[in-house]
Amino acid sequence: MSQDIKIKISNLTKIFGPKAKSVLKHVDNGMSKDDLLKEHQHVLGLSNINLDLANKNIEVIMGLSGSGKSTLIRHINRLIEPTTGSIMIGGEDVIQMPIEKLRLFRQQKTAMVFQSFALLPHKTVTDNICLGIHLQGVKGDEAVQRAKKWIDRVGLTGYEDRYPSQLSGGMQQRVGLARALTCDTEILMMDEAFSALDPLIRSDMQDLLLELQTELHKTIIFITHDLDEALKIGDRIAILNGGALVQHGTSQDILMTPADDYVRDFVKKVNRSHVLHAKSVMNDEKPDNGAVKIMVKEEDSIDNVLCEILRSNAECAVVQDSRGTEVGYLNKKDIAEVVKPLVED
Amino acid sequence: MMSSRNCVDAAFKDFTRQFGNNIESFFDPLLTFLVVIEKLLLATPWPIFLAVAGVLAWLGSRSIKLSIGVMFAFFAIGFLDMWDPMISTVTMISAATILCLALGIPLGIWMSRSDRAQSMITPILDIMQTIPPFVYLIPVVMMLGIGKVPGLIAVCIYAMPPSVRLTNLGIRLVDKEAMEAADAFGATYRQRLFMVQIPLALPNIFAGVNQTIMMALAMVVIASMIGVAGLGLPVLQAVQNQYLSMGMLYGLAIVALAIIFDRVSQAFGTRIQKHRSGDVL
Repeated sequence: MSQDIKIKISNLTKIFGPKAKSVLKHVDNGMSKDDLLKEHQHVLGLSNINLDLANKNIEVIMGLSGSGKSTLIRHINRLIEPTTGSIMIGGEDVIQMPIEKLRLFRQQKTAMVFQSFALLPHKTVTDNICLGIHLQGVKGDEAVQRAKKWIDRVGLTGYEDRYPSQLSGGMQQRVGLARALTCDTEILMMDEAFSALDPLIRSDMQDLLLELQTELHKTIIFITHDLDEALKIGDRIAILNGGALVQHGTSQDILMTPADDYVRDFVKKVNRSHVLHAKSVMNDEKPDNGAVKIMVKEEDSIDNVLCEILRSNAECAVVQDSRGTEVGYLNKKDIAEVVKPLVED
Repeated sequence: MMSSRNCVDAAFKDFTRQFGNNIESFFDPLLTFLVVIEKLLLATPWPIFLAVAGVLAWLGSRSIKLSIGVMFAFFAIGFLDMWDPMISTVTMISAATILCLALGIPLGIWMSRSDRAQSMITPILDIMQTIPPFVYLIPVVMMLGIGKVPGLIAVCIYAMPPSVRLTNLGIRLVDKEAMEAADAFGATYRQRLFMVQIPLALPNIFAGVNQTIMMALAMVVIASMIGVAGLGLPVLQAVQNQYLSMGMLYGLAIVALAIIFDRVSQAFGTRIQKHRSGDVL
């Protein structure tokens, strides 16, 4: 894939503690997180992260609590100072920016959505949504007009004059999302934005985000601890474990070729046949001429393919690309491999 | 021990003799300020005073009941012939409160910003709150004599700590993510302070304001010992001469003022935070 890179994170390391710089050399020499804590009482937050985030993609950063994912996203707008490393965005290193420039960068290039919403309780929905553009210097009617557009778009019409405490969690996060979108920035950062919501509302919000992205084409960095969520919305997924980057790839890459046991363990719990595409599983084995065949598309999920095969009592599926060319084949055995429950060995 | 005490006393006496006048003239604007307010209030005919008090109470609380109660209390105080001392006390309390907040809130903000400031100021506040007021009345009287200004300073020393403490506490307790949000959208320090920190700390700051007013009122009797006129002075005389009814009457007038100030300031505090009690849909 030759997508252009929007954010290039290089050699980023973050050590929490009073003498972070002086223990950095131990980390460079390969000291582990546990040893660093035991011997030097410093916590290794992020360890030598190299990550390219593509323009206009939804890039998911995934990991369990303590894996450093929230730390990593806070480096992108430098809410946290790294111990060492660089983050290049549009030819500029965020880490080297003087403070005044950093403020303008935060105002104009990035917007953020927070896990616990972080709304201002003393302001109405409209005023909350205007926060970002007020800071950009947009005032009065113009600000309200711009807010109004997003209020309608995220489904908050009629709630303009309410206070956050009068809204449900899902509604509050819509305010958070509208506040970020109103800023009209190229980069949107979402820090476990949907984690605090209940499953149905979460699914709604994911759909809303995907729908918006088809028009907006922003670079979205989305943090989550939920692999299902990551697979659903991510164009690519970066998996963190203990402050280190384990794997970065599309959902298909991660399911088909997990980089290590940690990722494999994660992937086990996922409904693979729902996520995997026909293209990822297909092979070149041409079926016998007499066999009953059906045609499927590259992006069809294995669930769909299986369903069609059962319905038409076929023996094999032929995978076609968008122009209708045959690119591969799926027989029942391949599908069984995907559908079968993974057992611990 | 004895000699060192003598030495300190003598040194301080010399100091006050030498600089007493300068210090007094330094506080002159304060005296003028106090005198002007008091004269203004005394010159106001009582019906107008009642009307203004009622309107202020209504503006603060939006409650007709409370504002009628306030007007009735002031009327009763006037009817029982305690008008002039009451005006002196109101002047003193208002001036002390304004001064305390003008100094205390910025101090609290500074404390919340820096742990070093906090560790320096906290012990000073502890001393201000626990030291018996008579102890600091001595040097204040030595420097400034008796009268309104030393009284005001004594009241402020006693009444300021809660507004400093609660401002600091309130700002430190502000939700971290709300602050992060302000930073993430590119707010300056000042914008973050006025858009996020102070509004979110308001319940605590208001508790501090309320405490400051109450403590200032509690000082009026003690302040009368150094010549501050007002409702405290007759109480002091009543104690010395065993005038039971006079002591009771003026004491109750102080209580009435305390209730007025307390209810109005609390109602105001709750009203500007109406968003906190919203019904969740």
